[in-house]
Amino acid sequence: MSRRNLALLLGLLLVSGLLFLLHLVTGAVPLKVEEVVHALFGDGLDAVSARIVREVRLPAACTAVLAGTGLSACGLLMQTLFRNPLAGPSVLGLSSGASLGVAVLMLARPLWAALWLPDEVAVVLGAFIGAMGVLLLIMMADRRMGDGTGLLIVGLMVGYLCGAVIDVLQVAGSEGALRGFVLWGMGSFQEVVGSKLGWMVIPVLLGLVVSLLLMKPLNAMLLGDAYARSLGIPVIGVRRTILWTAGVLAGTITAFCGPIAFLGLATPHVARALCRTSDHRVLLPTTIVTGGMLALLCGLLVKWPGLEGLPLNAVTSLLGAPIVVWVLWSGERWARTS
Amino acid sequence: MKDMLQLRSVDVGHGGDPLVSDIHLGLDGGQCVALIGVNGGGKSTLLNTIAGLRKPMAGEMLLNGADIVRMRSSERARQVSIVLTGRPQAGLLDVRTIVGLGRQPWTGRFGGLVETDRAMVEEAMRVMDVGHLASRSLQHLSDGEAQRVMIARAMAQDTPLLLLDEPMAFLDLVNRVRLLRTLREQAQARHRLIILSTHDLQTSLDLCDRVLLIHDRKLWSGTVEEARASGVLERVFAGEGIRFDPVAGSFRPH
Repeated sequence: MSRRNLALLLGLLLVSGLLFLLHLVTGAVPLKVEEVVHALFGDGLDAVSARIVREVRLPAACTAVLAGTGLSACGLLMQTLFRNPLAGPSVLGLSSGASLGVAVLMLARPLWAALWLPDEVAVVLGAFIGAMGVLLLIMMADRRMGDGTGLLIVGLMVGYLCGAVIDVLQVAGSEGALRGFVLWGMGSFQEVVGSKLGWMVIPVLLGLVVSLLLMKPLNAMLLGDAYARSLGIPVIGVRRTILWTAGVLAGTITAFCGPIAFLGLATPHVARALCRTSDHRVLLPTTIVTGGMLALLCGLLVKWPGLEGLPLNAVTSLLGAPIVVWVLWSGERWARTS
Repeated sequence: MKDMLQLRSVDVGHGGDPLVSDIHLGLDGGQCVALIGVNGGGKSTLLNTIAGLRKPMAGEMLLNGADIVRMRSSERARQVSIVLTGRPQAGLLDVRTIVGLGRQPWTGRFGGLVETDRAMVEEAMRVMDVGHLASRSLQHLSDGEAQRVMIARAMAQDTPLLLLDEPMAFLDLVNRVRLLRTLREQAQARHRLIILSTHDLQTSLDLCDRVLLIHDRKLWSGTVEEARASGVLERVFAGEGIRFDPVAGSFRPH
């Protein structure tokens, strides 16, 4: 990694750290930095502020970091795999698939109540199965059509299809379940509290570690499958690993935070514009850190005094959609991942 | 003397009837070999098969005594490199990084380059005269420059067998001659076996050591002199609108 890009990465980490701290300070009850530090590391548990920091703000900040890093890594994996700059968990229907899985679990509960599973596990499983199902479908479409536009259209159609099935399920669902599902659909980093966080941390960290281990084959795959194979990369196995990793990341995060729009698609482009290379040994770490930073920023906006109640998905879309348009507008320079 | 590359009763093709059948071939290192034949005759398929990118329909291929098909892919990548036709859409990768990808079979888990890797990358760029393009992006290069970069990448892979599919397609005469001279020097200096497919009969007959000819689903192999003397060139291109002139040693349209 060049000195410039190393400095860039450290700078991004620093900004992320500051945003993280800001997360702990900001909220309905403003706290001073000393209070936060004391709440985190002090032993005399001054009831209110310590509980706010430890049980509400810290989990929310951690969730934002996990969601941002995981979705961004997922987006980059998919962009390289499909050789398509517009690939991303929300665009190709992964989030829709995961939503469908969650909808089936939340709205059609009587159907699966016979299976005894803790709720958290069931929701993660549903989201994961939904995301993987769409991913496999997209993979088949990719193999059959082999062109980016067709793939995007299939992804969009799968998204509509999942949406339609969800609508049907909503008619059938009880009012309480419906409200829960609609709230979940707006996206939030605030819901992952207590023991839930553990269920999110493990798969996301696992996904991040695996994607970092894939940096070398991902680079070879930039040259195309034939060159990758001639460089000794077992392309079929690597593709499969990428798919599983993308599915686990998108599925887990969607299960806990709702279908977060644009973060996974836009972040790799921001990172590419920043570090100016497609070399995954630079780009992937930069993407991951940038993703965490952007998610912290979005999470901060929706809890900023005066803006409370803003749906997270509205903020990520307001931020992400212009980035994607700008990327395409400004020509192929950053758009060409593949 | 044991040949570096040996093909025994090899058939290649895409299923159905083989494009080229019953290939028997033994080639030693230190030479530059031209693979010639009409379009669609199976040149690319043969090169891809030898590179291990597709399976032969029949037969056995040995490289330094080891079976190419059964070789582990990581080991094969240290033995055979290939330059394919066309330019990969490699996004925002600069030339030095692309040439560096050629070192992948020799690097560790994350593909980091050590001092010897970097030296080989610089050497490959120097040999292919792309050093001045090192920090340019592949998509901003001319076709000829991009082709040289991809050849430098294969050279950095440092394999005993180097295959090139139509490496001269985008080059003018001066650069074709220069490329073949470079390849021949590389073959001799490092005892490599270099096989390149080409439509440029003239230049390859002048500058290569041996000729492989695909004609009528068979592979003919011999030195350039044998090819000129045996009449095989006339037979291959008879009826293709050109005629081989044995006196001038060159082709003319008729």
